[in-house]
Amino acid sequence: MTMGYQHELSNALLKVQHPCPGQLKTWNGSASDSRFAVYRNNVISSLINALADNFPVTLQLVGDEFFRAMASVFVREFPPQSPVLACYGASFARFMEVFPPAQGLPYLADVARLEFARIQAYHSADVATLGPEHLAQALADPAALEQMRLTLHPSLAVLNSPHAIVSLWAAHQGHVDIARVNPNTPEHGLILRNRMEVEVLQISTAAALFLGALMDSHPLAEAAEYAIACEPEFDLTPLLAHLIQTGAITRYSLSNSAA
Amino acid sequence: MTSSILPHATGVPDHGPTLPKQVGLGLKTQHIQQILNEKTDIGFFEVHAENYMVAGGPFHHYLTQIRQRYALSIHGVGLSIGSEQAIDENHLNRLAELLDRYQPQAFSEHLAWSSHDENFYNDLLPIPYDQATLARVCEHIDRIQERLQRRMLLETPSTYVEFCQSSMSETDFISTVIKRTGCGLLLDVNNVYVSCVNHHWDAQQYIDELPLEAVGEIHLAGFAEDHDSLGERLLIDAHGTPIDNAVWTLYGDVLARTGALPTLIERDNDIPSLAVLLAEAQQAQGLLAQHSLVPEHA
Repeated sequence: MTMGYQHELSNALLKVQHPCPGQLKTWNGSASDSRFAVYRNNVISSLINALADNFPVTLQLVGDEFFRAMASVFVREFPPQSPVLACYGASFARFMEVFPPAQGLPYLADVARLEFARIQAYHSADVATLGPEHLAQALADPAALEQMRLTLHPSLAVLNSPHAIVSLWAAHQGHVDIARVNPNTPEHGLILRNRMEVEVLQISTAAALFLGALMDSHPLAEAAEYAIACEPEFDLTPLLAHLIQTGAITRYSLSNSAA
Repeated sequence: MTSSILPHATGVPDHGPTLPKQVGLGLKTQHIQQILNEKTDIGFFEVHAENYMVAGGPFHHYLTQIRQRYALSIHGVGLSIGSEQAIDENHLNRLAELLDRYQPQAFSEHLAWSSHDENFYNDLLPIPYDQATLARVCEHIDRIQERLQRRMLLETPSTYVEFCQSSMSETDFISTVIKRTGCGLLLDVNNVYVSCVNHHWDAQQYIDELPLEAVGEIHLAGFAEDHDSLGERLLIDAHGTPIDNAVWTLYGDVLARTGALPTLIERDNDIPSLAVLLAEAQQAQGLLAQHSLVPEHA
């Protein structure tokens, strides 16, 4: 009966101190633990590489050695639960928040959140978007506008951080001079896939409130009120134009009827 | 136990579509634009199923374009056929959806396990060759072929250790699985070479013992080299280097027996330019041409 050997091997794969399983053999009597180490190494290093692929800016912020050491602790504690590794690392940011050696970089976890949101946006569903011609008509009727609700593209995410996550991310794309970034400036990021490209845009607190309200299914007019309450000079028009232009709006409904 | 004794007895349709007997390449995202622009002349492309189990976006956008122009092989790395636990039906559903969407000419998976309990280990882990494992692997392949309504190809493994409890040879095990389930064989010539060096088996004899008429695809790749604690060669199935001369020779020996077969060049690490991979493909295509006139099995 062989039931159970995979349990023992699994433990030995993830735990550094766990002894090599006893039921293994080699043709020449060489140490089976040094051969089993090939599997150990494959498992840990391939999963670290998967995280490095998903979090390239986080890696650059801490350096390769630190990142790999941190990732190897995470991988052993939280191995993936699915063979679809594009989703691996959903809890990596939360792990960084409490990982003692990372405490000197309070912005690290939120940068990782931005990177994970980008991956999610990249692979999110393809949904037909509404063009300006569809919305122009509806937007022209002020009475209808009151009750209008917008459905946003599934790739769209808003991140609110006490740190300069968008600027830090942009600096590592060569868009911003890192020396000019104060990491302790609060920033809001809009992540959105426009056709095949994922865009990361810094938005105002009011715009973040507005989008958050839309995502919570509040009517357009109500969402705009929240934004204006936060920032009296908030101008909805350029934001709405940008959303339409980048295909961020997939549906609208007037009261209960969907278009 | 539902393993069928006769091939196709589980209601799996006949062999169905097959890959062209040409050379194919693993599809790498960094090469796709060039392939589409230059209309690369190649027999087929192969992708890892799990990379495409995402809702939408560029991966599907580009694979759709590739599929419109080329034959496709979908190669799974996450079904964990050798698992002690049942096949993950959610994963099988995702796979069925993917195969339905892209209608590939081949679907293949590994003789290995990669998941246990809730965890996925992202490696192809070894199994003992005994009756209990044989029964379980056949049961899993029966379920997969029934759910996918197609014949799958089972890939020969590369391994670094053996199990004390094994009661039959790897080739006996594989031959029996093929006989019982009616699945086909993905003969990874690099894996054969790696395992034969690592376990001191005779590669020619290994090939002789396999049911070569069941081969639906060949894989070629490069290995890395290490040593065990006694200083003997230990080869690692790393897919990060060109194909070794010993593997080319063994590939030629196989083709002399089988005639031309769909052949994939695999490179998953340290990926070079498309031109470098196409040069390896050219070398394999030359060997296929030499053997295309040899009478074929089946």
